[in-house]
Amino acid sequence: MPAPTDRLYTKEHEWVKIDGPTATFGISDHAQSALGDIVYVELPKPGASLSQGNPIGVVESVKAVSDIYAPISGTVTEVNGAIEDDPAKVNADPYDTGWLVKIKIANPDEAKSLLDAAAYDELVKAEEH
Amino acid sequence: MSPFGGFLMPISYSGIIEEHNAVREAAGMFDLSHMGQFIVRGDGAAPWLDSMTCNDVATMKPHQARYNIFTNDRGGAMDDAIIYRLDGRWLVVVNASNAPKMWSSLSASVPSGVTIDDRTPRSALIALQGPRSVELLQPLTDVDLSAVKYYYAAEGAVAGIPAEIARTGYTGEDGFELFVAAGAAEKLWRRLSQEAGRVGMIPAGLGARDVLRLEAGMPLYGHELEEDISPLMAGLDWVVKLGKNFKGRDALAAQAAEKRYRRIAGFVMDGKAPARAGYAVFSGDDRIGEVRSGSPAPSLGGKNIGTALVSADATAPGTKLEVEIRGQRHGCQVVPLPFYKRKK
Repeated sequence: MPAPTDRLYTKEHEWVKIDGPTATFGISDHAQSALGDIVYVELPKPGASLSQGNPIGVVESVKAVSDIYAPISGTVTEVNGAIEDDPAKVNADPYDTGWLVKIKIANPDEAKSLLDAAAYDELVKAEEH
Repeated sequence: MSPFGGFLMPISYSGIIEEHNAVREAAGMFDLSHMGQFIVRGDGAAPWLDSMTCNDVATMKPHQARYNIFTNDRGGAMDDAIIYRLDGRWLVVVNASNAPKMWSSLSASVPSGVTIDDRTPRSALIALQGPRSVELLQPLTDVDLSAVKYYYAAEGAVAGIPAEIARTGYTGEDGFELFVAAGAAEKLWRRLSQEAGRVGMIPAGLGARDVLRLEAGMPLYGHELEEDISPLMAGLDWVVKLGKNFKGRDALAAQAAEKRYRRIAGFVMDGKAPARAGYAVFSGDDRIGEVRSGSPAPSLGGKNIGTALVSADATAPGTKLEVEIRGQRHGCQVVPLPFYKRKK
């Protein structure tokens, strides 16, 4: 499916949806599909300070452990407890109920380094060939 | 697709868990054509194979298959293999990753009166695994499958294709491994696919295969067995026949007598975080070993299982240990292997 246009993306296949001073992170549909059945998600604790591009947790499929990287810097305000209990939600609904982390944004300018949906779709297309 | 032993191999077709469940409940079909296949002939074949392996070869009955391990001088595992006694020849099936090493070693030491042929490039291997495999296969073959016992093989035809039909596998389920000419493999795969709907069979990849074999407590070379991990350390005492003479026999006899060797233990994690190969294992403050395989186990309700190579005193079932996962200790408990046993 094409990436939703209401958010931005990283080359590491995270999405970030910016809403004023806060942002929500998740992984893209392409990422969940490439990983396969997700069985475990490890997320940072509320209050944790995240730096853009640094690993903040992991998503594990049956076979593989994949790092999740912070798309932009900020302080964690909420994590999605529902996916810690039911990680398959990330496969089923990566852009909505399968979200991972909400943060208070530290530096809004960092969003300029991210990809828009069209650029992200191009990246996925290039990786598939 | 993923490169493996010089082949492009499917890790998964429809999803590892779905493929795993199909094999446990109905049937799955695997393309294992990457595995090494050597044909050994000659009157001296059995004694020669016996001199390099720790399990008995010469005592095998016609058409019998037997799990075996080629050992090095130190008693470590060069490779694990299934040896099949067929009509007038022995088929030795080795791991793809070890096939070049095994070919150099075997072809360099072949005695007079024995020949060895690497038929891997000319031969394919398709495995049908799962409780409904027999139901799927029987209408396609002239061989009476009810007469082929577990760990025996027959020669016949499947869908008109000449095949060695072995009741062997690597999943802990009943099933068959079909050896056919490489040129006929696609035809066989398509024919089996046409029948798939009858029993709920789906194609399965290396990902599901690894989970299935781990649940069934079967070793994977490079994990539970290595040049430095002997069959005794892997807990495969039943494969080690110290009464015969073979390369590494004395080293294994010394290890057996000494008893304090590190060995493979099965464990189940207390929590939700999966243990993975390479993670450190602790007993209290002491680092006592390393995880060798780890995965969530669909047959155990998704519990995280694994094997670890640990000190001898940490292998008793019930022993509480800890696995270090990304800097945090997580509790686990030693359990007997296998984790999963099929209902007979």
